[in-house]
Amino acid sequence: MADVAVHAPSAGHDDHGPSDHGHHTTTGLSNNKLAMWLLLGSECLLFGGLISTYMLYRGRVGSGPTPDQIYDIPFTSVSSFVLLMSSLTMVLAVSAAARDDKRNTNLWLTVTALLGATFVGGQVYEFTAFYKEGLGFTTSLFSSSFYTLTGFHGVHVIVGIIMLMSLVAMNNRNRIVGQKSEVVEMIGLYWHFVDVVWIVIFTLVYLIPS
Amino acid sequence: MSTSTATETHEHAEHVEHVEHAEHAAHEHGLSDIGYVKVAIVLAVLTAIEVSTYYVDFGPFFMPVLIILMMVKFFIVAAYFMHLKFDSKIFTWMFYSGLFLAIGVYVAFLATFKFFLPS
Repeated sequence: MADVAVHAPSAGHDDHGPSDHGHHTTTGLSNNKLAMWLLLGSECLLFGGLISTYMLYRGRVGSGPTPDQIYDIPFTSVSSFVLLMSSLTMVLAVSAAARDDKRNTNLWLTVTALLGATFVGGQVYEFTAFYKEGLGFTTSLFSSSFYTLTGFHGVHVIVGIIMLMSLVAMNNRNRIVGQKSEVVEMIGLYWHFVDVVWIVIFTLVYLIPS
Repeated sequence: MSTSTATETHEHAEHVEHVEHAEHAAHEHGLSDIGYVKVAIVLAVLTAIEVSTYYVDFGPFFMPVLIILMMVKFFIVAAYFMHLKFDSKIFTWMFYSGLFLAIGVYVAFLATFKFFLPS
């Protein structure tokens, strides 16, 4: 316990700049980043399970509407584009943080959160429209697997927005513990992961018909 | 006057140091901001091609085009925006081992339903 208390702050205040090399760990890499990549690797299994369940059940529509009847591809395309561009603003925030440019870091983090919120707003609109067209959560196996998959993704986006806004608030008050650029980069990794998952969902769920 | 000149020189030196640090960081840890914008433009074009499959009949190329575009977009975001291209290969291994494990498990899972259960 005492060992943790002594070592944790020194690891957090590493002065080796943005490079991973030079960390005082057995791998020479940041343990925080390793943990984040491990989390993202395991998240692949989570979303893999949800996507394959959807693929299995997307033809099981029962008496409810079919995917082709309810999907609004132009609308979802715009949502996808918004989320894709949020990855650009996120990487610009990471770049600004690496330059120790606080103003632009906060600016790009806020823009990223706003684009994420736009995407979530679009998803809420889409779910509402689908529900009005008769596609409830328990209408069919297709609807259950669809709402579970896209809902889980939406929750990930919301968690990302909360993290981004918390990061902006902490950055404003200089309350970020450890190397700031690495903290921003790790939130960025999570955000980009949410984006790449949507790249897969958009193609397999929306663009490829059942 | 001399104090003003000294201050300007100091500010200039700080600016040069800041720019050099930024360039060093960009070189060491990814692309420049303009580089990221170019990558985003490529992603936007690929997305436009994807969406065009909804309006234009690609015939037998429909599915392969969509799958290839999806994979290209995925790898571009992972390589450039997530910095896998510039970071330690250990991160690449950790991420892609999870990804390919997921693909393997779920392709086997779907194949099981396809081939071993009555339709």
